Amino acid sequence: MSDGFWIVLIGALVAGSCALVGCFLVLRRQALMGDAISHAVLPGIVIAFLITHSRNTLPMLIGAGALGLFTAFLTSALERHGRLQADASLGVTFTWLFALGVILVSAFTGHVDLDAECVLYGEIEYAPLYRAFWGEIDLGPRAFWVLLGVTLANVLFVTLGYKQLKLCAFDPGLAAAVGINAALWHYLLMAFVSITTVGAFESVGAILVVALLIVPPNTAYLLTDRLWAMLTLSVILGALSSAGGYLLASALDSSTSAAIAVVSGMLFILAALFSPAHGAVPRYLRRRRLLASAEALAD
Amino acid sequence: MTLTSSAPVAPIEVHDLTVAYHHRPVLWDVDAAFPESKLIAVVGPNGAGKSTLIKAIMGLVPLASGEVRVFGKPVNETRRLVAYVPQRESVDWDFPTTALDVVLMGRYGHLSLFGRPRKRDREIARQSLEKVGMQDFAHRQISQLSGGQQQRVFLARALAQQTRVYLMDEPFAGVDAATEKAIVALLQELRAEGCTVVVVHHDLQSVPEYFDSVMLLNLRLVAFGDVESTFTPENLHKTYGGRLNLLTEVGEKLRRQEWNARQ
Repeated sequence: MSDGFWIVLIGALVAGSCALVGCFLVLRRQALMGDAISHAVLPGIVIAFLITHSRNTLPMLIGAGALGLFTAFLTSALERHGRLQADASLGVTFTWLFALGVILVSAFTGHVDLDAECVLYGEIEYAPLYRAFWGEIDLGPRAFWVLLGVTLANVLFVTLGYKQLKLCAFDPGLAAAVGINAALWHYLLMAFVSITTVGAFESVGAILVVALLIVPPNTAYLLTDRLWAMLTLSVILGALSSAGGYLLASALDSSTSAAIAVVSGMLFILAALFSPAHGAVPRYLRRRRLLASAEALAD
Repeated sequence: MTLTSSAPVAPIEVHDLTVAYHHRPVLWDVDAAFPESKLIAVVGPNGAGKSTLIKAIMGLVPLASGEVRVFGKPVNETRRLVAYVPQRESVDWDFPTTALDVVLMGRYGHLSLFGRPRKRDREIARQSLEKVGMQDFAHRQISQLSGGQQQRVFLARALAQQTRVYLMDEPFAGVDAATEKAIVALLQELRAEGCTVVVVHHDLQSVPEYFDSVMLLNLRLVAFGDVESTFTPENLHKTYGGRLNLLTEVGEKLRRQEWNARQ
């Protein structure tokens, strides 16, 4: 199969897995938690690398998951005990952890293929080059299998935990009152965000991950009034961004990761303008019609 | 609904209840037993700890000391017996969900870990919406409801929990006259079914009309008992200090008007 096919497929899996957890971040008004976690997991990845001396995916996912939870924990601890605002405590936590990761990378892993640049701007074009093998058989790109696993894990998490995630996002008070452990579900969500981030940014870079966590869910939010529809739509919009981004990058001969983020942003702008319920243009037309009929009544 | 007639265990009892935020007590050494089949108002000035009392009973805030018992048992074991109506502003009404869906959330406590709401749960949710006169709005997105309608959805959600004890945090705040009437009718129906309803209330004038008992609270418990014997000028003066004069009453009224205007 062609590299183009793999790139679009990998991009769609990244977008899909990010959209599923991203919807809940957006609804909980913690959109930037994804940004924070995607940076703060760096020391976890480096430590996992230093311990295992390999770029195997599993230790990295575990290291990242641990740091993701630590980020969430530290953020709420600073907020509660350090008398900081939520955004300030998030800013303190993730910049500090990311900087720590950068120092670890430059001090201990200088001569290996693990640099901050690739973490930030990982290039999806190269994803098909790293293959997975079963014995001698070429199974296709490694990133595809990693992301398929992450996507399936997210689908399972969101399906099984649907009512808990929904209630904790809408009304944590009632969640606690009916015996749902809101803190547990908060940290579970953060763990899945961390794993998604790491599974994704190896192939597409941290900045695209942040875009795909936030932008397609927000676009879907403008297009529907139902949570399940928002989840489905955000996955579809993410996949569309991936395909559109690949085409755009091929046409311009530019970075595919950046093109995917740009296309998802354009889809958002289209939704913001033309969404039937919340779009600016339909709203303007409705208001004008209303004014016109009011004037007609006055005459 | 059956009543436990043999053992006179109070639906809710609190003992030596103290709650503190950042080492500042907001509720101090409260002792009370809430009687069964009564409509109970909790009144007191702003910052008196009324909402905190409700949250403490639900186990939503940590207790500095004391304990809460629901039908004689710790609240962790009896959570399903208590329905909670939080203040309306406590949630995001732009959330992508419908009125019926919000009411269905009241059934989540009855579902297993991975269980989905069944037909019966939907039926109960629909009936609860009907009881508050909101059946025609079942499939509306919740931001498209007026403030009073949103409040009624919250009440329907509590009804869907099908419990015997209801804790309501300012259900009358900023609602229209129709909703106020609907809430009062609902409260009376609940009492007739033997339920205990505790309501944080701001409008002192309507206390004797709507409620059987009243708890006067200002950090400490000032008085608690039947409205006739407890809701006296002396007790009110003790609760509100010198602040309950004509000026405050006017201030309250203005504040309520502002509230209504904002809806």
